[in-house]
Amino acid sequence: MTSGSAGGPAPVRIVVAYGFWIFLLSDIIMFSALFATYAVLSGQTAGGPSGRELFQLRHVGVETLCLLFSSYTCGLAILAIERRRMREFYVSCALTFVLGASFLGLEISEFVGMIARGAGPSRSAFLSSFFSLVGLHGIHVSAGLLWLTFMVAQTATKGARDFVRRRLLCFSLFWHALDIIWVALLTLVYLMGAR
Amino acid sequence: MLGKLSWDAVPFNQPIPMAASMFIVAVMLGVSGLITWKGWWPYLWREWLTSVDHKRIGVMYVLLALVLLLRGFIDAIMMRTQLVIAAGNAQGYLPPEHYDQIFSAHGTIMIFFMAMPFMVGLMNFVVPLQLGVRDVAFPVLNATSFWLTAAGALLVNISLVVGEFARTGWLAYPPLSELQFSPGVGVDYYLWALQISGIGALLAGINMVTTILKLRAPGMTYMRMPVFCWTSLASSMLIVAAFPILTATFGMLLLDRYVGMHFFTNDGGGNFMMYINLIWAWGHPEVYILVLPAFGIFSEVIATFSGKQLFGYRSMVLATLAICVLSFMVWLHHFFTMGAGADVNAVFGIMSMIIAIPTGVKLFNWLFTLYRGRLRFEVPLLWAIGFMITFVVGGLTGVLLAVPPADFVLHNSLFLVAHFHNVIIGAVLFGAMAGYYYWFPKAFGFTLDRRLGAVSFWCWLIGFYLAFMPLYVLGLLGMTRRMQHYADLSWQPYLIVAEVGAVVIFGGIVATIAQLVVSIRTRDRRRDLTGDPWNGRTLEWSTASPPPAYNFAVLPEVESLDAFWAMKQHGPVKPPDQYQSIEMPRNSPNGFVTAFLAVVTGFAMIWHIWWMAILGVACALLTLLTFGWMERGEVEISGAQLAEAERVRLRREDGA
Amino acid sequence: MEQHDQAPDAGETEPLGSFASYTVGLIFALLLTGASFLVSQTHLLWAPGVPAGLAVLAIAQMGVHLVFFLHISTGPDNTNNVLALVFGLLIVTLVVSGSLWIMAHLNANMMPPSALMEMRR
Repeated sequence: MTSGSAGGPAPVRIVVAYGFWIFLLSDIIMFSALFATYAVLSGQTAGGPSGRELFQLRHVGVETLCLLFSSYTCGLAILAIERRRMREFYVSCALTFVLGASFLGLEISEFVGMIARGAGPSRSAFLSSFFSLVGLHGIHVSAGLLWLTFMVAQTATKGARDFVRRRLLCFSLFWHALDIIWVALLTLVYLMGAR
Repeated sequence: MLGKLSWDAVPFNQPIPMAASMFIVAVMLGVSGLITWKGWWPYLWREWLTSVDHKRIGVMYVLLALVLLLRGFIDAIMMRTQLVIAAGNAQGYLPPEHYDQIFSAHGTIMIFFMAMPFMVGLMNFVVPLQLGVRDVAFPVLNATSFWLTAAGALLVNISLVVGEFARTGWLAYPPLSELQFSPGVGVDYYLWALQISGIGALLAGINMVTTILKLRAPGMTYMRMPVFCWTSLASSMLIVAAFPILTATFGMLLLDRYVGMHFFTNDGGGNFMMYINLIWAWGHPEVYILVLPAFGIFSEVIATFSGKQLFGYRSMVLATLAICVLSFMVWLHHFFTMGAGADVNAVFGIMSMIIAIPTGVKLFNWLFTLYRGRLRFEVPLLWAIGFMITFVVGGLTGVLLAVPPADFVLHNSLFLVAHFHNVIIGAVLFGAMAGYYYWFPKAFGFTLDRRLGAVSFWCWLIGFYLAFMPLYVLGLLGMTRRMQHYADLSWQPYLIVAEVGAVVIFGGIVATIAQLVVSIRTRDRRRDLTGDPWNGRTLEWSTASPPPAYNFAVLPEVESLDAFWAMKQHGPVKPPDQYQSIEMPRNSPNGFVTAFLAVVTGFAMIWHIWWMAILGVACALLTLLTFGWMERGEVEISGAQLAEAERVRLRREDGA
Repeated sequence: MEQHDQAPDAGETEPLGSFASYTVGLIFALLLTGASFLVSQTHLLWAPGVPAGLAVLAIAQMGVHLVFFLHISTGPDNTNNVLALVFGLLIVTLVVSGSLWIMAHLNANMMPPSALMEMRR
């Protein structure tokens, strides 16, 4: 604590990444409020279906694999752009996008299936909190996909310049943080709920 | 096409709301008419609306706070007047459905749109100057934060003209705030206004934390930071930690109201206590978000006007951080009476009492700083001493309320109302006023009128005691809060005294406005040419008043606590032979445009005008992408320009 | 310029990660996820201990992500990141555990809202 920054203001790259890190922590706290609500309301099925009847773990397992591998390819993309290996960068980004989009597709198909069975978000408090918690994570993933597309376009037109690489770094932090939230979600909602 | 919106939404048949809306519309038209007539729009757009300068943004925050202080106060005095009249058979002039909107709006406005912007504004203005740097970490984001706050304030005030405001109290507890019991647009106005401004507050908090932790002048280690920077850091950390909870909670209530979910409803397995739990998990830290910066202001003011270094700097820092963490461990004391068992109540009661310890440490530190200091009774020190006395009373009633059995008697009585006004006015508002007077010359280059400042202080202090001490008694007599009418005539004398107090406070507000007008008119006589009108101790006083856009031509080298005081002891710093050029961020309309779109989207959502809401969101997304794509160049200020500006400044200081 | 604290995954010029760290992280994450599924679907663990086992595995996996993907470490140049993280985790713990404790109490002591509505009829 004592050293601090004795040398004056930190460089931009550090400032930006640190600010984004603080944002991510605030995002995680927002999720924690929804997690707490889910934990409190998960038993309140109001006579409707429970998690045990609804969740399909095989489906969820594939979703998890998609996210884990996309985090890995996202990390590879950051390594590639820092070393200016552009082909590797684009391939990694494309893989990240495809894996993220597959995750999202699987999640949407799960939601659609549940709604078709009459287990929509307004059926019970349990389902309200389930759809909101999982859906909020899904919205984050969608935003991440949009951001990734934008960054690939920006890299293609403007090159691997400082500000582009700063943003890519923030994107990768965001993407990895979504994984962390998914781990909590997988455990609390699906693995504990399906038992 | 227009959702639920129709001409019925305008309160033509209710004289009081109609008059109020006409007044607001007239003021808005008048102001924009004046600006148009004088041809000030280009200037305003260039220098203020698109400004990303932390000082300008800070000034706009404080201006917003002062305007909404007026609005909130009008609500307050209407309530007080109603309660003077509506005793026994008399029903007063405000029907219950209107009275309910007024107390809801009063609380919402005073906390979210008066106290918050005031504190965030002062932090914005002062912190980078005290740290000896040129701006906050993310200047464009900073502007966006401000404009989102202003957007929320605008939505609350639109509710006066179009539709209605919530009748649910300032925290909108369900199930009352659910669609079933509040089908109108009032709660929606409340929720959307606070969601929008809440995001603004969150972004401001992130910005401030990053600024303080990553941008400091060379040599400014943590233990050399002014106490106001420490309390701003703690307050901003609380913003970052607490506001996401608020966003999530309001989000769930919105889902209940808009998509028929069952988080907090009575049916479908919902549980409204979860809302009350979560909203206070935000709500209690919020109290400290407001009061910690005020503690920081008093620390600066007391040290400066005692002519001494602050007593117990390290213990002050530790106490601040202790409060920061403890504030997240006490939230249940807001609902002791709502069903928790003895062990839960006991734990939270004890934690609530423990938080008084670091606060007490601070008070003793201030006392010992004053002790044997060379006191100069300038207006900020008056506020500080008024605060110390008033806040002890408020704090002690707080400790009393932290005892669960006592709380069972006093919960939701006027005793509680008196307690939280005692701390919010006694600490937050007094602190804000002290900071306003103290830093005004830094912002504008001339001091405020001292006599009117003292008048304002005495009116507020005396008015406060007259207005709120009777409420303690009334609370003990059994009067509950939020009553539009009461049958017990023996309460009336106390409420008349409280009304007199409110009028005296109004005198204080008038004095503040008069002070501003008089000071602007006589500004030529009261110029601050030295940049250091109070013989200050911290770095903000080492640059010119008002500071140049870049704050410091050369970043100061910090060698100790109270850096500027040390510099003054060592004699003047020799200006360098050559200045290095500086790059400053260019103005950006990003914040203003985003906030405009937020108002449009919020309004559309409130009135269920779906096409407009989709359009608003789409435009906001487009704005984000466009601004993200464009490269914002920076303005370069060359070394030669800096040398010239510094020469002028030093000559002026020598002349003074 | 003297040394600065780093930000997550951000050295002053290049990222802190390497191909090896990402790969090791992925392998750990896959193993831990597999273990979680195994624990929840089989009777390897004593049944009442399963939630605790799952929680331990989840926390371990979050740690793996933080270290290998976000490159948070306890090195001297990383103090600010870790402090921020610790503060965030403290708040998350307080909010979640506090809410669960409080709500359990309220549910035990008070009539649930739905039952209240039944009484009104």
